[in-house]
Amino acid sequence: MLDQLFQFLVTGITVGSIYALVGLGFALIYNASDVVNFAQGEFVMLGAMTAIALLAAGLPLPLAAIVATTIVVIVGLLLERFAIEPALGASVVATIIITIGAAIFLRGIAMLLWGKDFRSLPPFSGDTPIRIGSATLLPQSLWVLGVTVALVVLVRLFFDRTLVGKALLACSFNRAAAKLVGINVRVMLRLAYGLSAGFGALAGILVAPITFSSYEAGVMLGLKGFSAAIVGGIGNPMGAVTGGLLLGVLESLGAGFISSGYKDAIAFLFVLMVLFFEPTGLFGHKTAERV
Amino acid sequence: MPSDRSFFHNGFVGPLLEVVGLSSGYGPVRAVHQADLHVRAGELVAIVGGNGAGKTTLLHTLSGLHPASGGCVRFAGQDITRWPPHRIVAAGICQVPEGRLVFAPLSVEDNLRLGAFRQRRDQDWIRQEMERVYALFPILAERRQQLAGTLSGGQQQMLAIGRAMLGRPRLLLLDEPSMGLAPLLVEEIFRVIVELNSRGVTVLLVEQNARAALAIAGRGYILETGRIAKTASATELLADDAIRRAYLGY
Repeated sequence: MLDQLFQFLVTGITVGSIYALVGLGFALIYNASDVVNFAQGEFVMLGAMTAIALLAAGLPLPLAAIVATTIVVIVGLLLERFAIEPALGASVVATIIITIGAAIFLRGIAMLLWGKDFRSLPPFSGDTPIRIGSATLLPQSLWVLGVTVALVVLVRLFFDRTLVGKALLACSFNRAAAKLVGINVRVMLRLAYGLSAGFGALAGILVAPITFSSYEAGVMLGLKGFSAAIVGGIGNPMGAVTGGLLLGVLESLGAGFISSGYKDAIAFLFVLMVLFFEPTGLFGHKTAERV
Repeated sequence: MPSDRSFFHNGFVGPLLEVVGLSSGYGPVRAVHQADLHVRAGELVAIVGGNGAGKTTLLHTLSGLHPASGGCVRFAGQDITRWPPHRIVAAGICQVPEGRLVFAPLSVEDNLRLGAFRQRRDQDWIRQEMERVYALFPILAERRQQLAGTLSGGQQQMLAIGRAMLGRPRLLLLDEPSMGLAPLLVEEIFRVIVELNSRGVTVLLVEQNARAALAIAGRGYILETGRIAKTASATELLADDAIRRAYLGY
């Protein structure tokens, strides 16, 4: 029983890390523009599918991963430039609907390019399981955890220590005031979309050896990442990470002890419960502001 | 007569800010109509007018937040009418917006640092200017790590002014700095505005509180339903019967 629990926790944390990375992408764009980017899951899918295609075309795995991430970052920038920027004056809801449209568009392109087949990447460092007591850990899980921790630390430093990070936050706190101190809001938006796309692509590439990927893979991963972000309090990057890990662990425990058929239901039930009792998320801004 | 510093800076003779026939509005609604005004380097000029006279729209248009529908804005001889806001800030027009608009979830110090966003290559200057702002508003120095949203209204106004000063303004635009403040705080804020002006910062002050604004300004404009209704020295405006009745209330 205890061994099982440990095994489920390990699996949960691995999957949760992926949700965390996707959630971070949501938080970045939300921080810059108050917009929830529903194409975030598509960045994940594009990262995985592009890396798989590049590998099949003969590129070595590390190079395929780097090139795929770069390509997805460019896709993110193009999305910002040609779908988001022209609607800069529009309402947040209108912009969110644009991102839903973009997601459908990207999914369609992926289907045309790669068909409807499921594909996967080989694990980065073989698939000999590492035994810890009676539980086992796939080497790929270590990759997932390592890259997630590194990126989380970098994001934290970016927002806490750099002026550009704070300028990005300033854009969402008050866009007019951000403009009045000389922040170029368009540049900040591009930065946010580029970073989010990169995070999404990395998440997709990391998870591709564990789960299969297809043109539709972004839908569920995007939803889970969004759930992670709102559970943690949208706009709070560290909240998104915690939310992702919680979601992953709960899912894995539910799948293990109850039934794998209820995996997604358990995750979304948890989201509903959190929002019911704590509408701003577990670590959302408790707004302290005098007017 | 204040010396025209811009004359020495780039061989340009004329007012620092020159607004000619400026119109601006929202759809069919004209909030500012054919406004002409100018501010010479070193001056402290007030624009007074009631609620909805177009004061804020005028300042937003000067800062590039709102597009002009006609006319032009020249700053130090350059036509900046269609420039984006960040370029206008970089050129030296910094605004203290209506309602302060401090970055509430960030610390006082971070707010000031963001004010210097376009000066970020010049860390030495930022350190010095920050100390000057703290000397001007000692309460901000005490609270430099506190979140801006938890400051009182008066302190937020001080922070908003400090933040604009870190933008290294050649022209400081102030939108209703007295709004919502107790009379004693208004006095304090206006004293600082005079002090900044005497240090060489050119100031364009927009106010509903006409008496306080004209008391410190050299010249003034009266803005009525988007049009410049009158312009004269502050002393003349304060003595004008019609203006006294309409704006000063005695």
